[in-house]
Amino acid sequence: MVKDPKTLKASNRRAGRKIGGSVAIFLFLLLLGLFMVLPIWLMIVNSVKPVNEMFIFPPKWYTLNPTFDNFKDTYRVLSQMWVPFSRYVFNSIWVTVCVTVLQCIFASMAAFCLAKVKFPGNRLINAVIVLALLYNSNVIYLMQYIVMAQLHMINRMSALILPAVASSMGLYLMRQSMMSVPDAMIEAAKVDGASLFTICWRIVIPNQKPALMTMAIFAFQGAWNITGGSVVYDESLKTLPTVIQQAAAAGISRQGVTMAAAVILFVPPVLFFILAQSQVMETMAHSGIKD
Amino acid sequence: MESSQIGVRTKKEQRRHLLTQIRQNREAYLMLLPFMLIFTVFTVIPVIMSLPMGLTDFDMVKYPPTFVGLSNFYNLFLNDSIFIKSIRVTLVFAVFTGPLSYFLSFLLAWLINEMNTALKVIFTLIFYAPSMASGVYAVWQLIFSGDSYGIANSALMNLGITTSAIQWLTDSRYILTVVIIVQLWVSMGAGFLAMRAGFQNIDRSQYEAGAIEGIKNRWQELIYITIPGMGPSLMFAAVMQIVSSFTADIVARNLVGFPSTNYAAHTVMTHAFDYGWIRYEMGYASAICMILFVAMYLANKLINRVLGKYMD
Repeated sequence: MVKDPKTLKASNRRAGRKIGGSVAIFLFLLLLGLFMVLPIWLMIVNSVKPVNEMFIFPPKWYTLNPTFDNFKDTYRVLSQMWVPFSRYVFNSIWVTVCVTVLQCIFASMAAFCLAKVKFPGNRLINAVIVLALLYNSNVIYLMQYIVMAQLHMINRMSALILPAVASSMGLYLMRQSMMSVPDAMIEAAKVDGASLFTICWRIVIPNQKPALMTMAIFAFQGAWNITGGSVVYDESLKTLPTVIQQAAAAGISRQGVTMAAAVILFVPPVLFFILAQSQVMETMAHSGIKD
Repeated sequence: MESSQIGVRTKKEQRRHLLTQIRQNREAYLMLLPFMLIFTVFTVIPVIMSLPMGLTDFDMVKYPPTFVGLSNFYNLFLNDSIFIKSIRVTLVFAVFTGPLSYFLSFLLAWLINEMNTALKVIFTLIFYAPSMASGVYAVWQLIFSGDSYGIANSALMNLGITTSAIQWLTDSRYILTVVIIVQLWVSMGAGFLAMRAGFQNIDRSQYEAGAIEGIKNRWQELIYITIPGMGPSLMFAAVMQIVSSFTADIVARNLVGFPSTNYAAHTVMTHAFDYGWIRYEMGYASAICMILFVAMYLANKLINRVLGKYMD
C-alpha cells in the first residue's frame, strides 16, 4: 500500500507532528551538516584550484578559475603505466559488482536462516559471527595469504573478490534486521506450503529493503576500496585505488593531485549511495508486515 | 529406572533427535552453505591460525615461529611503558568518541527520520559522506596545518584570538584533541546507517496507533514505540561502535603521523602496527591484538547486558 503525500501529511497530523518542531530539527541538522560537508567541500575546491591560488593567505574557500589540470595530470600518469587506464577501471568495476551482488545474495539467505530458523548449530554460528567482528589481528592477512596460496588463488581476481564476499558485518546487519520479522508470517507461509527458500526471497527480503540496501552500500564501498597489493601482483589485475594511490604518491605528489585522486575515488560510492537510498525511500510508505 | 521417566531423553534418543532435526533443516543448511563456506575458508581458518601467534616469537622469516610461552604478555605489561601509555590513550579515546558517536548517530538517525523523503536522502548522505571519502585526511592536514596557511590557524589569527600559528599536529597538547575531533567527524559510519535502516523498518501505522492510544509527542513516540522496535539495530550499532572506538588508529596515523609526538595519539592498535609492520615482531604484535580482543569482548558483554532489556 503506497501512501501519496496527502495521506502521509494527514497521518503525520494524526501522529501528533507539529510543523514548528520539524523546522527546528531541520535547522539543527543543517548547522551540523555544514560542519560535516566543510572538509569535503574543501577537498573538491582544492582539486580544481589552480596552482597559483593554492598558497595565498588567508586560504580561500572557493576558486574563481576552476581548472581540471589536476585531473588531467592524474590521468596522464595513469595512462603512462604498462596497461591501459581502462583496464584498472574495468577491474575495479568487476570486483565491486561481483562482491556486492554475491554478498547480497549469500548473506541475505544465511541471515534469514540464522534469524528465523531454529536448527542445531544456530547459536554457535551466531556467536562466531560476532566474535569474528570483534577479532582484529595484524597477522590475519598473513594467514589469509597462506590459505590463498594453498588454494592456488594468489594473483587471480578471485583473491580480491572471495574474501570480501563473506563479510561478517553484512551478515550480522541483516540478521539483526530480520529478527523483527514476525514469526507468525513465516509460519503462515509454511502452512501454505512455501519452502524456506521461497519464504526468504518472496516474503522476507522484499520487506527488508532498508537493511538490504544498507548492506549493499557497505559491500560496494568496501569492494571499491579494495587494493589487495599483496595478493595480486600482475599490473593487469590491479584495481583503480591501488594505482591512483601510486600515482598520487609518485613523482607529481602535489596537493592538488592528491585531492583530485581523492575526488575520483569518492564519486562512485556516493553515486551508489544515492541510488541505493532512494530505492529504500520509494518503498518506505509500505506496510506489508503486521503482527 | 530414571531413563524411562517421561520427558527425559536418553543419550541415544537425544542423538536420534538431533539427527532428525538436522535432517528436517536440510534446506536451512543448504541456504547457509555458500556464505559459511567462504566465511570459514577466508575468516574462520585464518583467525584460528592466528590465535597461537601471540605465544610465539615470529619475524616472518624463520618458519615455524619459536614458541615462547607467555613472555610476550609479561613484557607487554612489565617492560613496555609505551604499551601502558597506549592503553591510556585508547581508553581516553574510546570514552570520548565511543558513547558520544553512538548517541550522536542515534540522535541524527532519529531526527533525519522526521524529515520528508528528499531531505532524508540528502541529510543521510551528508552525514555518511565522511565515511566514504577515504582520501580525505589530506584535507584535515590542510585545515590543521601548522603554518599560517592552515585553515584553522588563519581563521584564529584573523579573528585575533591567536597571534601566531599553533602546531596542531605536532604539539602533544593538541594532538589527541584534534584526532578526536576528526574521529568524531568520520564516526557517522556503519552504526549510523544501520540505525537509519532500523528507523525505516518501523511501520508508520504504529505511530498512528500510538497517537490514538495517547502518545502526545515525538519524545514519547521514541521511548514507547521506536526504541523497543529497533533493539537489534541498536545492538548492531553498539558492536560496530566498540570495534571502531577500540581499534581506531587510521585517523591518528594519517593525520599526525607515526609515531606521534610524545606518543600523544599512540593507541593500542598503533602499537600493534608498530611492532607488526615496522619491526616485524609479529608474535609480539599478535599478543597486543589478543589483549585488545579480550577488552572488546568484555565491552561487548557489558553492552549486551545493558541493551538486553530492549532486545525482547
